[in-house]
Amino acid sequence: MSEKVLMKGNEAIAEAAIIAGCRHYFGYPITPQTEIAAYMAKRMPKIGGTFLQAESEIAAINMVYGVSAAGKRVMTSSSSPGVALKSEGLSYLAGADLPALVVNVQRGGPGLGGIQPSQSDYFQATRGGGHGDFHMIVLAPASVQEMAEFTVKGFELADQYRMTAMILADGTMGQMMEPVSLDLAVSPMPEKPWATTGTRMKRPHNIVNSLYLVPEVLERSNFERYERYRTIEEREAMYEEYRMEDAEICIAAFGIAARVSKNAINEARAEGIRVGMIRPKTLWPFPSAPFRAAADRVKAMISVELSMGQMIEDVRLATECRVPVSLCNRVGGMIPEPEQILAAIREAAKTGGNKQ
Amino acid sequence: MSTMQFLFSGFGGQGILFAGKFMVYKGMLEGKQVSWLPSYGPEMRGGTASCSVIVGDEPVGSPIVTRPDVLVAMNLPSFDRYEPAVVPGGTVFLDSTLISRKPARSDVTVYEIPATKLASDNGIPTLANMIIVGKILHVLGQFDEGDVEAALKKVISAKHADMMEANLRALRLGTQA
Amino acid sequence: MIVFQKPKALADVPMHYCPGCTHGIIHRLVAEVIDELGIEGRTIGIAPVGCSVMAYDYFNCDMIEAAHGRAPAVATGVKRADPENHIVFTYQGDGDLASIGMAETVHAAARNENITVIFINNAIYGMTGGQMAPTSLPGQVTQTSPYGRDVKLCGYPVKVCEMLSELEGPEYLERVTVNNVKNVKNAKKAIKKAFQNQVEGKGFSLVEVLSSCPTNWGMTPQKALQWIDEKMIPYYPLGVYKDRSGSAEVSK
Repeated sequence: MSEKVLMKGNEAIAEAAIIAGCRHYFGYPITPQTEIAAYMAKRMPKIGGTFLQAESEIAAINMVYGVSAAGKRVMTSSSSPGVALKSEGLSYLAGADLPALVVNVQRGGPGLGGIQPSQSDYFQATRGGGHGDFHMIVLAPASVQEMAEFTVKGFELADQYRMTAMILADGTMGQMMEPVSLDLAVSPMPEKPWATTGTRMKRPHNIVNSLYLVPEVLERSNFERYERYRTIEEREAMYEEYRMEDAEICIAAFGIAARVSKNAINEARAEGIRVGMIRPKTLWPFPSAPFRAAADRVKAMISVELSMGQMIEDVRLATECRVPVSLCNRVGGMIPEPEQILAAIREAAKTGGNKQ
Repeated sequence: MSTMQFLFSGFGGQGILFAGKFMVYKGMLEGKQVSWLPSYGPEMRGGTASCSVIVGDEPVGSPIVTRPDVLVAMNLPSFDRYEPAVVPGGTVFLDSTLISRKPARSDVTVYEIPATKLASDNGIPTLANMIIVGKILHVLGQFDEGDVEAALKKVISAKHADMMEANLRALRLGTQA
Repeated sequence: MIVFQKPKALADVPMHYCPGCTHGIIHRLVAEVIDELGIEGRTIGIAPVGCSVMAYDYFNCDMIEAAHGRAPAVATGVKRADPENHIVFTYQGDGDLASIGMAETVHAAARNENITVIFINNAIYGMTGGQMAPTSLPGQVTQTSPYGRDVKLCGYPVKVCEMLSELEGPEYLERVTVNNVKNVKNAKKAIKKAFQNQVEGKGFSLVEVLSSCPTNWGMTPQKALQWIDEKMIPYYPLGVYKDRSGSAEVSK
């Protein structure tokens, strides 16, 4: 492994994007992700890339649409209220089957909300993120190293499946510094014969489009897209299991919530409580299989979230409600402390979980 | 030491985040597991600033320090806020130029350092933070000129290379404070 | 002997435009210019939302369909993906460019984005059936201004060329129309210049074309062409609003 450097999560995303071959970044300032734009503004001009501060989030995502249509790796980043503005573009990217990387360093909401960390855009990210039937691949890093690795992975998956990949991080992940290895393997970009790069008078014209006025045709395009989604669900779900071997209580948590949960799990283990964690690294596709398997072994699950309980729905769907799943959460920019999670673990150990 | 959790706190502009970064780089260069997490807010200068620093042998779980082993408080509001959070048996380093009250806790070790005064008396008025860091390293028995210089090189950008000497001086001052 | 020929850049497919609509003429002018400049193989067009939403089927160059109003942002992306080779134009109506997409329009112009914008101003929303546009004239009757556009209620029409001409950014702004042979010839000249500017790296060039909408104006095609002369041109005078040609090339 190459020498590690200390970097903020946001900076790791930016540098990893450059390593992945991204030379076009468009964005609009918003806390707590502005370091990504600042990093790109510094680096892009020096490597022949384009950094452009767009007039709005809406313009930024449409600039992404343009570069992607022209066949190049491109990204934008924002935080919750800004991602909401981008949702129009996310839907068009899906409708036109264009690859892109979008980063959401979440902050508390709804509305203008606050600027402290949150995970309350889970529904928005995993249920499509705009109008119409579609999905994005949603990657949830829990370390600065993963901020870098998932950025590369995101570009690769986006190109492979011709869709948007989203990094769903939060203010903590964006702002924290950890040692990171930037020795990142990048697979070559696939051919993009569909791209609008000019016909060179050598082929019929390409059209990048999401308009289908004939319903039968639009239906077919939806069916085909969901065929692709099925493949992704089969192949691309990623997760980490932590101390699950003999666990009788299973925590479900991602991102910063998983980091805090690890502390609580270790404290609970010291008390003799057999608790472990399944940490989804992809939120869509959701890693249902390990949860389904765990449901046969554990007596309770706890979903630890920085939201009013969003991922918990996927945990319940995955386990078909065969075990009680309780929620342990803080919201609005607050982060659960290990003590709160420990209390939830003790409670679950005592009662077998809160039936809800 | 297995894992040590530091909380640096004070006004924005006092170099709170910088002091934390220095500790993290130093830990990383010594092969430790580290993390650094700043508080971030709308205010750029003058508001409260803090950062969580974890240095240890185990992979870092939560990067958020809520129960510090070591608290650095460089102003009264920070001291008021975080003094109760220090773990029993923990250590507090406070800037006694700016914090006049006495500690309320008796189960922690407190070092009162007139860092702001020392810094201005010695012609390095912006480096009270590093005087305190020098003291911490001295107390923890971790002050080594070579290590300290290596870490400083990492945190001080090439643009500010002329600040190397002053930072070293501040750290040394701290060891005697 | 002169034989009618279709420009090569124009696809040989039936268009969906209403009888008497001038979109067809303007499409043809754009295609002729692309042919004459020999740029079809490196041209990428951006279609809007509105009557010309399906323009992507009518040109033989690569085409992209954009979200409503976002064409200048999409064009910015396409252009910057390969600024040396890509020739990028947007083709937008008044609702698209001057209402929902006003921010994208103004900022592309302010950046002097090296793209060509063909702006069709027919003072009405055509595709959705004749609602009031940002360019509908005071007193103009539309489906959503059934008693005539009341400026006290909904303000005044937007004069795009005049407004953009106040910006440092844009290279070239001209308003033309296509309601008679002479005006068509002038329009072609303007459109050609707007593309030529881009080829030469000069920057943002917009041609506003006063266009007719007999269907939604409720007129015969011929009357509609007269209405441009009688009503539109007095409010939207033809002419060059900005032309920096000859001055130093803008670096992008």
